[in-house]
Amino acid sequence: MKTINFLLAGVGGQGVLMASNILASVGMLAGYDVKKSEIHGMSQRGGNVSSHVRWGEIVHSPIIPDASADFLLAFEAMEALRYLPMLRADSVVLMDRHQIVPVTVTSGDAVYPEYADIEGTLRQISPNVQWVPGVELAEEMGNARVANIITLGLLSTYLDVPESVWKQAIARRVPQRFVELNYHAWETGRKLRETVNA
Amino acid sequence: MTEERPKDLLSGNEAIARGAWEAGVTFASGYPGTPSTEILENFARYPGIYAEWAPNEKVALDAAIGAAYAGRRALATMKHVGLNVAADSFFYASMTGAEAGLVIISADDPQMHSSQNEQDNRNYAKFARVPCLDPADSQEARDMVIAGFDISEQFDTPVLVRPTTRISHSFTMVESSDERLDVPPRIKKFPKNPQKYVMVPANARHRHPFIEKRLQALKDFAETFPLNRTEWRDTELGIITGSVAYQYAREVFPEASILKLGMSYPLPMQMIADFARRVKRLIVLEELDPFIEEHVRLAGIPVEGKSIFPLCGELNPTIVRNAAIEAGLLPAEHFIPPTELPEKMPPVPVRPPVLCPGCPHRSTFWAIKKLHLPINGDIGCYTLGVVHPLDAIDTTGCMGAGIGVAHGASKSTGRKHVAVIGDSTFFHTGIPALANVAYNNSPVITVIMDNRVTAMTGDQPNPGTGKNLMGGDAPRIELEPLVKAMGIKHVKKVDAYDEKSVETTLKEFKRLDEPSVLITERPCALLPEVRKTYQPLKVDLEKCDGCGVCVRTGCPALVRSSEIHEESGRAKVEIDPLLCTGCDLCAQVCPSEAITFRAQMDELAFATHI
Ligand SMILES: Cc1ncc(C[n+]2csc(CCOP(=O)(O)OP(=O)(O)O)c2C)c(N)n1
Repeated sequence: MKTINFLLAGVGGQGVLMASNILASVGMLAGYDVKKSEIHGMSQRGGNVSSHVRWGEIVHSPIIPDASADFLLAFEAMEALRYLPMLRADSVVLMDRHQIVPVTVTSGDAVYPEYADIEGTLRQISPNVQWVPGVELAEEMGNARVANIITLGLLSTYLDVPESVWKQAIARRVPQRFVELNYHAWETGRKLRETVNA
Repeated sequence: MTEERPKDLLSGNEAIARGAWEAGVTFASGYPGTPSTEILENFARYPGIYAEWAPNEKVALDAAIGAAYAGRRALATMKHVGLNVAADSFFYASMTGAEAGLVIISADDPQMHSSQNEQDNRNYAKFARVPCLDPADSQEARDMVIAGFDISEQFDTPVLVRPTTRISHSFTMVESSDERLDVPPRIKKFPKNPQKYVMVPANARHRHPFIEKRLQALKDFAETFPLNRTEWRDTELGIITGSVAYQYAREVFPEASILKLGMSYPLPMQMIADFARRVKRLIVLEELDPFIEEHVRLAGIPVEGKSIFPLCGELNPTIVRNAAIEAGLLPAEHFIPPTELPEKMPPVPVRPPVLCPGCPHRSTFWAIKKLHLPINGDIGCYTLGVVHPLDAIDTTGCMGAGIGVAHGASKSTGRKHVAVIGDSTFFHTGIPALANVAYNNSPVITVIMDNRVTAMTGDQPNPGTGKNLMGGDAPRIELEPLVKAMGIKHVKKVDAYDEKSVETTLKEFKRLDEPSVLITERPCALLPEVRKTYQPLKVDLEKCDGCGVCVRTGCPALVRSSEIHEESGRAKVEIDPLLCTGCDLCAQVCPSEAITFRAQMDELAFATHI
């Protein structure tokens, strides 16, 4: 069993930790040893948040070494750019088009990068870069908060884990009354694979 | 027999709480602080226990000591710097021991993810002659808490368990038991044993040799303690390690022999000597101080450690691997080439942590700045007043420091200073500092930013909240009468959202030559009951000329619009309805009256309804 490294990134309040909890549960239910690491604290105050999830036969370090992320899931448009040193030539990058404008941009001290530049930069490292209309589709479903689950649905198409395991993990981690909505979001994400080519 | 139960994926903190419960702990006290906070929050949910937030770490530790004196297994939790606050108690507890197990969790923060320093608290263990356990994952975190209670009782000593941020906040699989150790109170009556528990010099002089003897016995115990173990593999390289560094050692040096130390103090020197003898090259891999390394060297054993690996900051597999290759510990083909970053890429804007939209601290800082006085800050969300564009804090050291620093600076120069402090920090260590301002009469303006919770660490209740850790109602200590009772004559309480009143009061206080206290009151905008009252405001684009005054409040809900004001050429401002809470500060400061107040929004909503 090869270790699989997932790096999840976003902004405080986006549910990065919820998504990584689900991903960790999926790994466990699929029979892997799992470790997950994240930093709380200041990140709650609008800062960037990241979480490392590792599946393997035996996982030692809870943090992913540089240049070793198999998957980078960015739940905000420019956040993937922060983690370039974690990527390598065959990493898969799934990134939500949704923008959360930092105060440094509002105050005029910084400029929000263009979509094309974000994508172009990542593509210089790996060709497997894919935008996900996660927040957009989630809003259509009436709840922006399930955007992450849409991305997880797309991620699932790259992994050899049965659908039932994903659903079991979702049911474990989200409140009862949101389970159906989350299943729907996950399925929506899964279907995105037909339209993308990453 | 204990029952087989499926493994759980637990954070180190959850596992510590689990271990404490399984070990039969019935009393726990602590003070929040990243990365330790979730230990007590989780422990409080178990049945058959009592858990509380104390006003500070010293009080928490004294309370745990009291419970252990009374024969009940007790736990105290805090972050690493909390042990500085509790140090005095830590030392006497080492001298006295207790009747039942006493475990102190102090969570270190290498890399200072959310702390002001990265002190290595293994030094406290040595300083106070107390054993220290260093978990390397959540399983060990649980196991070591259980072992810690046994050691505590066997040797009549407090035990320090020292997770780090990476252990506390990483989730790994844990096997635990549904059965809880039934530990009946070890004594019936509170002990009457002054030779042991009354540390007057005559008694203390007898206790000192006792704790030195205890330390000797602990050293012998360490030699056979199962959480110290040798993993024999190739003997070309031998690594002594513990805590999360053990994981990095396993990942980077899969072939090397390892002496894994679960107890970092006292060390099993015989085990170390045997290990050293059988390996060709000996290194210590540890985060922060060369703590183990110095002990090994002191024993005359040649060893390398900090000459190879960094002393500052966290380790990680990449740092360890690169340092190892450089030092010739690994062949060059183990090198993982770093990702080549594109030469031309857009700069990535930083996201500094900022005061939340609707944070009641923002308006207070806005007003304080107009006094043009030095501002001595403290630790809490309000420390973020330092961030541009507020730029409103001149000093911050540790919790409770601000008022004292303001007093000293003011007294020594004859100038006025402002001290800002949060409610939790005021209860923590602010009260004695304000007593000094009152007693020694300095013209310090103390602003207590009372948001009714300990917000920085995730909105824990404190003595001013009216709730306790276990969810029950609690009496609320009112700040105004408390401060007045110190003899401070000028005390005022205003709504933090009312910028004008905050400003007027402060200007009034600036003219005084006596201590004054302003309490700015308004609950934290993240509290569930406050969330229900959010009412996003609107900018009237007709009136907005893009002057940017509102943006200077640093509120993340204000964003520049794509619409440009014709005359000035400046981008107008919009409000993100998903972020705005409707605190009104921007509406109050807008010179063009272009932002609709909450009350007006309510009227508008009402009008559209009929
Ligand atoms: C000795 C010590 N204990 C705990 C902490 C962790 N900590 C940082 S700020 C804070 C409390 C902040 O609460 P409050 O003063 O009410 O300010 P708020 O965050 O609510 O604005 C705590 C507990 C610390 N930094 N130092």
